[in-house]
Amino acid sequence: MNTQSDAAPESSFNSQAIAPAAMSATRPLYWSVRRELWENRSIFIAPLAAAGAALFGFLISMIGPRHRIGGLSALHPAHQSESVALPYDIAAGVMMATMILVTVFYCADALYGERRDRSILFWKSLPVSDLTTMLAKASIPFVVLPLLTFAITIAMQFIMLLLNSAVLLASGMSVATLWTQLSVIQMWLLLLYHLFTAHTLWPAPVYCWLLMVSGWSRRAALLWAALPIVVIAGVEKLIFQTSHFAVLVGTRLIGDTPSAAFTAPGTFPMDPATHITPGGFLSTPGLWIGLVIAASFLAAAVRLRRYQGPI
Amino acid sequence: MACIEARGLRKAFDKTIALDGIDLRVEEGRILGLIGPNGAGKTTALNAILGLIPYQGELRVLGRDPWTEREQLMRDVCFIADVAVLPRWARVSQLLDYVAGVHPRFDRAKAEGFLAKTDIRRASKVRELSKGMVTQLHLALVMAIDARLLVLDEPTLGLDILYRKQFYDSLLNDYFDRNRTIVVTTHQVEDVQHVLTDLMFINHGRIVLSCSMEEFESRYWEVMVSPERLAAARALKPMHERQVLGRSILLFDHTDRQQLAAFGEVRAPSISDLFVAVMGDHAGTAKGVAQ
Repeated sequence: MNTQSDAAPESSFNSQAIAPAAMSATRPLYWSVRRELWENRSIFIAPLAAAGAALFGFLISMIGPRHRIGGLSALHPAHQSESVALPYDIAAGVMMATMILVTVFYCADALYGERRDRSILFWKSLPVSDLTTMLAKASIPFVVLPLLTFAITIAMQFIMLLLNSAVLLASGMSVATLWTQLSVIQMWLLLLYHLFTAHTLWPAPVYCWLLMVSGWSRRAALLWAALPIVVIAGVEKLIFQTSHFAVLVGTRLIGDTPSAAFTAPGTFPMDPATHITPGGFLSTPGLWIGLVIAASFLAAAVRLRRYQGPI
Repeated sequence: MACIEARGLRKAFDKTIALDGIDLRVEEGRILGLIGPNGAGKTTALNAILGLIPYQGELRVLGRDPWTEREQLMRDVCFIADVAVLPRWARVSQLLDYVAGVHPRFDRAKAEGFLAKTDIRRASKVRELSKGMVTQLHLALVMAIDARLLVLDEPTLGLDILYRKQFYDSLLNDYFDRNRTIVVTTHQVEDVQHVLTDLMFINHGRIVLSCSMEEFESRYWEVMVSPERLAAARALKPMHERQVLGRSILLFDHTDRQQLAAFGEVRAPSISDLFVAVMGDHAGTAKGVAQ
C-alpha cells in the first residue's frame, strides 16, 4: 500500500516537536508491523506448517507405489514437463490456499482483537497515529504474507527438487529430465507475479472489507463480514435469478483474475514466463475499481479505530 | 500555561449525559485527585483529555486539542487507563522494544532500572505475571517516559495494600517533580490523601467540589459532639452529621476552629469522610460545598 502517504503528516509535526522528539516517521510504522508479527504468530507458523505437510506428502508419494518418475521417459515431451511440474504446482497451490486462509482470519481479527483484550488503551497511549497503525495492519495481507509465502514456497520447492533428485539417483535413473523440464527460475517468477496480482491486488477489496468490519463489529467479526455478502447474493438470486455478486466476491477471494492477467490459461504451466503480462493486468478496469473500493474501506477502518474504544 | 484547561466540557452518550458542562483548570506541577462514585463521569473526562473520545465545549491539554492532535499529544502525555491493558500475549522484552521504537522520549535504561527492582523477568509474557506485577511493569514503562502529564485511571484497582503503597511511593519518589502534572482517579481515597495537591469531586457529570489540599486542610473540621451539646453544635449548621458508637460526628465547612473546640475534640476529616458528606446529600445540589 502507499506508505508515503503516512509519512507526510508525521514529518510536519516532527519539526515543531522539541529536541529528543526527532524520530523518523517510518519508525512507528516499522515497530507497528513488528508488533503485528509478535501478536499474530500464525502469520508465519501456518505457512511453515503447510509447507512441512506438503513436503511430507511429497515424500510419501515418491516412496509410494504410484510414483510416476520412472515411467516419465515413455511420455511425450509435452506431457513429460506437465507431469514433472504437477507436484510442484500442487504444493504451491497448498501454500496459496494457506495464505488466503491466514489473510482472512488475520483481517477479521485485526482491529477486533485489540478492542476485545482492551490493549487498544495501551496502544493509544503511545504517539502512534491510527493511520500508522492501520497501514501496519494492512501491510500484513498486502506485503508481509505474499513475500513470506513466496519465500517459504521456493524453499519448499527447492527441498522437493533435492528429494526428487535423490530418489531418481538412488534408483539409478538420470536427473536430466527433471532439471531440464522444470524451469525453476521461471516457475518462481510466475509464483511471485501470481501472488502479488491474483492473491494481493485482485482480492484487495475483500481483505479491506474484512479489516473494516473487524474495526466495527463488537463480536464475531467474520460472521458480520460474511452476512451482508450472503444476504445480497441471496436477494439477487431471488429477484433476478442471477449470481453475479456471489461470483464476483468468490472470484476475488480465490484470486481468479480476468484472463488479461495471464495469457492462455489453458496452457499452464507450459512456459511460465509467457504468463507474466503485467500490462494486461494493470489495464483491467476491474483491478482499479477494486483498489478504489479497497482504499475507501481502509479509510473507513482508520476512522473507526479513532472512534472505537475497548469492547 | 495551564496543563489542562476545559470550558463547558460536555459529553453525552445516546440519552445519558456523562459530562454536563465542566469547567476545569489544572496548573503544571499539581497532583489532582478526581474522586466520584461509579458512573460520575470521571473516566469520560479523562478519555476526553486523552483524545480517546470526541466532546463538545472547549478543551486544551498542553495547548493542544486532544481529539484532533492525539498522536502529537501522546509524546507529552502518558496514561494508565485501567489495570491490565497491557497485551497479554506480549513479552516484557517486546514491550520495551516497542515503546523504545515508537516513543521519542522513552529512556530504556531507566525502565530496565525500575524493572530490576522487581521480580519481573524480561522473557516473561504479560499473561504469566500477577496483577500486581503487570501494574509494576506498566508503571516502569510510563515512568521511563519523560512526559509532562500523567493520567491514571484507577491504577491500583484490585491490588493488595503493599502494591498500592509501593505504586504511589515510586510515583512520588522516582517520578514526580514540579514540571510534571498527575491526574488520578481512584476509589481508594485513603491511599492518595497524602499524595494529592488538589482535590476534585465529580458527580452526575458535574464538579461538586474543587479545592487544593491546603484549602481542604484549613477549611473542613470534624467534631465529635456528646448528646447534651448536640443542639448547640447543630446551630452552627454542620454540612453533615453521622453517628459513631452513640456519639455524633459533625462535619463543618468554613467554621472557626476555636468555636468548634467548645463542643469536643476537633480534627481534620479524611477525604472519604468529606466524600460521604458531599455525595450523601444529593451531591448534585450540595451548593454549600460547590463554591
